[in-house]
Amino acid sequence: MNQQEVMFKYCLRLGDNALIRSYRLSEWCSNAPILEEDLALTNFALDMIGRAQALLGYAGQIEGKGRTDDDLAYRRGERSFYNVLLTELPNQDFAYTMARELYMSAFEYFYYSGLVASKDATLAAIAAKTLKEIKYHLSHATDWVLRLGDGTAESHAKMQAAVDDLWPYASELFESDTTDAAMISAISAPDPAALKDSWVKHVSAILKEATLDVPTTMYTHTGGRNGIHSENLGHILAEMQFLPHAYPDAKW
Amino acid sequence: MVTHAHSKDDIFRMLSVIPDPEIPVVNIFEMGMLRDVLLDDSGYEVILTPTYTGCPAMGMIEADILATLAHNGVKGARVKMVMDPAWTTDWMSGVAKDKLRAYGIAPPLHSSCNHDVFGHNIIKCPRCQSDDTVMLSRFGATACKALYQCNDCKEPFEYFKCH
Repeated sequence: MNQQEVMFKYCLRLGDNALIRSYRLSEWCSNAPILEEDLALTNFALDMIGRAQALLGYAGQIEGKGRTDDDLAYRRGERSFYNVLLTELPNQDFAYTMARELYMSAFEYFYYSGLVASKDATLAAIAAKTLKEIKYHLSHATDWVLRLGDGTAESHAKMQAAVDDLWPYASELFESDTTDAAMISAISAPDPAALKDSWVKHVSAILKEATLDVPTTMYTHTGGRNGIHSENLGHILAEMQFLPHAYPDAKW
Repeated sequence: MVTHAHSKDDIFRMLSVIPDPEIPVVNIFEMGMLRDVLLDDSGYEVILTPTYTGCPAMGMIEADILATLAHNGVKGARVKMVMDPAWTTDWMSGVAKDKLRAYGIAPPLHSSCNHDVFGHNIIKCPRCQSDDTVMLSRFGATACKALYQCNDCKEPFEYFKCH
């Protein structure tokens, strides 16, 4: 891959994480346990859509073939999506969703804090904007993990099952490959691998406060960042991309 | 050399009547969303910044700006969305904050309150000025607001989150 292709893939990775997570969050619309949570999760989904628009729009500019954010969201195949597997897993129950939000938001808090200082002015601007929102997502997920973990016997058991099951998916966030290496040197992007210790320390402290056991498994599910996905992404895309497939020239 | 029929101040004056679609008591200039107007060879470029990345009102504001300028006979206007520097509630004018309070929305505290992720702040009730309030929901009718209730006058109210 040349430098332009590497940068394109890099922006897609960031944008796809936001887009697919937004899809899962919006599935809670009218299904959340309480009205306030319905509002919160759909507002988070909106934040993610805004971020995906900015990042996919920028990816399209870098690619230079005239593809817009919509083209990249709606007219791209599964193997060309580069989101981490954690974002595409089904919501399961509320505890699973909160565990995913805690893992993702804590990672993004550290990652985007670093991206703010990138030499790429557009990405640095998007990062500065988005970091404010990430802090809110993180504080929200933290509150719920504490409340459910340190709650009733049943909420504790469900929260523990969720943090245990999703832990092996979190490791993918800290993979650092040639694309990352190229971006670290070209635009001073953060090195995901260097963030793992901070993340483990931060998340472990929250889990302990929530009276939960910190998972110890070393197993890692991986592949999404290179287009190798679980069975879930195809189902997401089948629904998300239905309209442009059925009516390719449809306009609002 | 292009001569412009309208000055930068003229354009600002025309656009400063456009209300925020979600909070009509304040306009887009007071909200800090209208950043600048550039006069260039092809006309006028209006620089706009979103409050939140996914703010669904941006499309409407952009359409309002173009319609307002067209109505005032301004030709060659374009809207450019910028993210840098990132919008902050600190740009909201004192006048705007007073208008929000009078409208029943507690105005944002200074953005430094946002630096501590787990910090809790005292939000004054916009109706009775009591400090004894409680957050009911992190979100209200829009992404930029949270829902609170006053323990003294018992009235629920919205708080414009600092950002």
